[in-house]
Amino acid sequence: MNALLEMQGISKHFAGVRALSEVTFTVEPGEIHALVGENGAGKSTLMKVLSGVYPHGSYDGAIVFDGEERRFGDITDSERLGIIIIHQELALIPLMSIAENIFIANPPGRFGVIDRGAVHQRTKALLAKVGLDEAPDTLVTDIGVGKQQLVEIAKALSKQVRLLILDEPTASLSEKDSAALLDLLLEFKAQGIASILISHKLNEVSKVADRITVLRDGRTVDTLDCRDGAVEEDRIIVKMVDRDLEHRYPRREPQSEEPGIGEPIFKVSDWSAYHPLHGERQVIRHVDFEVRRGEIVGIAGLMGSGRTEFAMSIFGRSWGQKISGRAEIEGREADLSTVRRAIDAGLAYVTEDRKQLGLLLAEDIRKNVTLANLPAVASSQVIDDLQELRVASDYRSRMRIRSHSIYQETGKLSGGNQQKVVLSKWLFTDPKVLILDEPTRGIDVGAKYEIYCIINELADAGKGVVVISSEMPELLGICDRICVMAEGAFVGEFPAAEATQERIMRAIMRKGEQRS
Amino acid sequence: MSETSESALKKPHHAGFLKNNLREYGMLISLCAIMVFFEVVTGGTLMRPLNLTNLVLQNSYIVIMALGMLLIIVTGHIDLSVGSVAGFIGAVAAVLMVRFDLHPIPAVVICLALGGLIGAAQGYWVAYFKIPSFIVTLAGMLVFKGLALAILAGQSVGPFPTGFQRLSSGFIPEFVPDAGALYPTSLALGAVLAVSLVWLNFRGRARQEAHHIETEPYGFFLAKNAVLFAIIVYFAYLIASHRGLPNVLVIMAALIALYAFVTTRTTIGRQIYAVGGNEKAAKLSGIKTERLTFLTFVNMGVLAALAGLIFAARLNTATPKAGLGFELDVIAACFIGGASAYGGVGRVGGAVIGALIMGVMNNGMSILGIGIDYQQVIKGLVLLGAVCLDVYNQKRA
Repeated sequence: MNALLEMQGISKHFAGVRALSEVTFTVEPGEIHALVGENGAGKSTLMKVLSGVYPHGSYDGAIVFDGEERRFGDITDSERLGIIIIHQELALIPLMSIAENIFIANPPGRFGVIDRGAVHQRTKALLAKVGLDEAPDTLVTDIGVGKQQLVEIAKALSKQVRLLILDEPTASLSEKDSAALLDLLLEFKAQGIASILISHKLNEVSKVADRITVLRDGRTVDTLDCRDGAVEEDRIIVKMVDRDLEHRYPRREPQSEEPGIGEPIFKVSDWSAYHPLHGERQVIRHVDFEVRRGEIVGIAGLMGSGRTEFAMSIFGRSWGQKISGRAEIEGREADLSTVRRAIDAGLAYVTEDRKQLGLLLAEDIRKNVTLANLPAVASSQVIDDLQELRVASDYRSRMRIRSHSIYQETGKLSGGNQQKVVLSKWLFTDPKVLILDEPTRGIDVGAKYEIYCIINELADAGKGVVVISSEMPELLGICDRICVMAEGAFVGEFPAAEATQERIMRAIMRKGEQRS
Repeated sequence: MSETSESALKKPHHAGFLKNNLREYGMLISLCAIMVFFEVVTGGTLMRPLNLTNLVLQNSYIVIMALGMLLIIVTGHIDLSVGSVAGFIGAVAAVLMVRFDLHPIPAVVICLALGGLIGAAQGYWVAYFKIPSFIVTLAGMLVFKGLALAILAGQSVGPFPTGFQRLSSGFIPEFVPDAGALYPTSLALGAVLAVSLVWLNFRGRARQEAHHIETEPYGFFLAKNAVLFAIIVYFAYLIASHRGLPNVLVIMAALIALYAFVTTRTTIGRQIYAVGGNEKAAKLSGIKTERLTFLTFVNMGVLAALAGLIFAARLNTATPKAGLGFELDVIAACFIGGASAYGGVGRVGGAVIGALIMGVMNNGMSILGIGIDYQQVIKGLVLLGAVCLDVYNQKRA
């Protein structure tokens, strides 16, 4: 059988970072091909190459579709051939009707005048195909996420789809909606439409997929064939995780018990939070959490598991609503109701998105470092510029921030140096507990090592450190203890000595299965 | 990589410094160029003492409002209501002082407080309800324009008591009797100002050098101070040869100094820039972003009230049309002065220079007899040109 799609030797770089290297991926006509891998393994990047989001020329390798090499300049080129991608974040316009959304790009009609009757008719037909029982005039904002997903698929069908790509389609769906969606995929398969399914839920994957390709660190690890018999999930997990930890992590003196790790310094109990917009959705479910003095605790979990939401809801209620629970710092109840109070109580939170949430990019290093603790460099509201200068210079040399001076704009620094500026800002508030959210995201290897060293120093200085990371090897490399989060609750906890990537992944997957 | 950054560290960055600060000097040079241009084409009328005094009086309320507007723009907002508020406050002042015979001092206090209240009312919606400032202040613009019309019953009310008139048309008292054509006190004040500014600059530079902070080239620094000194003394001389320093100029200078200090040297100033630069990051750094936004609007209300009082005192009457279109001149002054429409960027000095550029152009074109029609066209093009130049410079950098 001739393959419908062949991606041959695809490589892609981002500013020196290798996102994909020599990835080979084929899809046969009418098959459901699952693409699995850890966060950052390159799944989304590969699909963006395929759909033309990254145009021809920005990557190496060849895309062969229907036996011909294709060079997509943008997403419309791939759509014309029937390659339709449905992103994790739905791309519907909430205040337009279902029909308007489906035919937003190419409404039927003449001379730019939309034929509303035809739109209505064809929408009805498409909705029937995907099994959605809603009037075409219903506004998208009025229907649930599961139905919105179906509208996206109907939109894809309106474009004569031949290869449907679904990126985490069931991530935000209920069990019933997920099952319906998977059935729909099987139905499409019967009609000869091929699908690529990106999913973290291995039970779903093994239920519908004909073949499974595993990506890891931007490489194809293996393609497993499920048609001859079901593939065990453990086999997939073993392939997903990278087993050999290289010497990428600074050695931490074996802090077995006595000297290093002390009494609990930060404790959260029965912590709950609800989605800021959808008040009925509980995102953090009665979480208990504890960090000891001098301990580095990792929080593992997939994207959307609620790790960042948990951290931000603690830090001055910066995320969510109806937040409840009790927090203690050094044994005393702490008031964390605003960011200012949380900082004063000794908490610091380094965001996962340093550009959007962490830095004043147009301002220099000096102003960023002192921002969260201006009173310390001011007397009666007037900033003592020499004192500020001393503080900033001190952090610049201590953290080895590479810049031509403390007057350099932070927007012009490299990712690693930017992260060091953010860390400096929080160290200057002299926190007791630091929560670091993806502290090494988008940072080159050398700078990562330096950040790890800083984290170790903080723990050795008796602070409690929480590291949230999607990179499991990183957590295994630096943490004393790893807690696993899934769907807003902790589902597993391992001391460093007992933790392995397989065990963490299994804890996550088991939780996913309980639901579906 | 580290090698190059090390060497870069040791070598002082003169070229870099000039490049980084080109915008600041560029503004000043533009203002000077525009003044020289009009001085020449008006045949020397622009810089005549009488005209110069008028220029100050005419533009004082724009400059004062620009100080408040700059802070609003820096936080990433806009206030379209300032003209209406100024007009409304002028009307209230007239009613208080002319109809109810209230003494000027309590009347002024009431008016300033009312301005603050108006600012608070608008800032409340913007800061805490996240309603776009454009809409809130557009509503305010209509409301206060209407209210001014209502309380004046569509008529002009005046004249004001002489005590109040002096706010705008008064000059500082002369301490040397019978000094002839020149007013020595004003001249002396100008000289003192020039000397102290230059002294401050030298002291600041010495402090910077003591701590190895990058400084501008020494020759350039000397030249800058010499020019600054000469210009201030020259203007003091011109002003002194008419009737001395206008009261308004003193108020204006004090406010400029105050706002320059607050924006550059205080924690609240730093926090305002942080809110405009990255509101989310500022919030996650423990800054009370809502309260700061609210306060900038309160501040704007007070300054708009002050401007309204000065304007009413100058005309010696409150008219329903007072304040019409002021907001445009004020906003234009800030943007010509280098403030960014996206927030986080802008300096007090820039806004003042921007206001002066607008003022000099208004004045110069009026002297030349250019009609109000083409004056508007030219002003509009200057605004667009200034901002385009800014964007172009940033892209290149």
